Amino acid sequence: MALNKSNLTVGDEHSEQIVDNLTRTQIIQYAGASGDYNPLHTDEIFTTKVAGYPTVFAHGMLTMGMTGKMLTNYVGDGRLTKYGVRFVAQVWPGDSLTATATVEAIREEDGVSLVDLAVTTVNQDGTEVIKGSATARIDG
Amino acid sequence: MATEHFPIEAGHIILFARSVGDANPIYYDAGAAAETEPGHIIPPPTFVQSSAQFTEGYSLRPVIGEPWFGSGKEPTGIQRESSGGGGGTGFHAEQHYEYHAPIQPGDVLKAVDKPGNSWEREGRRGGSLKFNESITEYYNQDGVLVVTARSVGVQTSRVVE
Repeated sequence: MALNKSNLTVGDEHSEQIVDNLTRTQIIQYAGASGDYNPLHTDEIFTTKVAGYPTVFAHGMLTMGMTGKMLTNYVGDGRLTKYGVRFVAQVWPGDSLTATATVEAIREEDGVSLVDLAVTTVNQDGTEVIKGSATARIDG
Repeated sequence: MATEHFPIEAGHIILFARSVGDANPIYYDAGAAAETEPGHIIPPPTFVQSSAQFTEGYSLRPVIGEPWFGSGKEPTGIQRESSGGGGGTGFHAEQHYEYHAPIQPGDVLKAVDKPGNSWEREGRRGGSLKFNESITEYYNQDGVLVVTARSVGVQTSRVVE
């Protein structure tokens, strides 16, 4: 279901838990689907002994992809016109993430109604892991 | 990343949707998708990133018959500048998409790279930071621009804690 202009107010929020206890297997699924096989995400020996990290960590794009699920659940299928993020902190196996979209503006452009959203995803400690924005077509 | 031939396949969309934990039927079931506003299966918003699967010479995919820098029983000792071998690491700093037209299974996209900016600054945690922007335009088989992707990569001079 798409959003309708008449039901939207600046400051409205939509939040979803997008992953609970992120598994190493899900990170591997993302590597396999996306084609990014960087061993930093899947290879514990490489990541700890060669690269010097405490353990493997998620692709930034996995977090962006999971956050995209929250967005499309909110704005409807095929409604996004823009979606962008900055990766601000790493996401580790075991993390639980919550993604939130906040309505920043409701506007018209070339006769099309649009909503601008601020996007943020935080981990179980409240640390922001990605920060971004999105725009979607709305009805009304 | 420039990619000559990126076939949009229903099975690939399923694998991708599973990997981001998205159970929306529009990604899995043509019958269910027909009942939605787009009227067909569409890929999730970040799916075009998986064009990497079809990018010739993509550096983060093992090449059959060639050494790979990931470990076997033990580390291989193979150095890869962009991936953590030398203390510093290449990271994805930003990713932005603009969606211009729908994509569906059966489409064949072509990704074209455009020049982006480069800049450098001192980081709070990671020593000096070198940023590189790349812009990729995805066109479908009819020459229609469907997605513009802008990616910013950062190279750190030491391990990020």
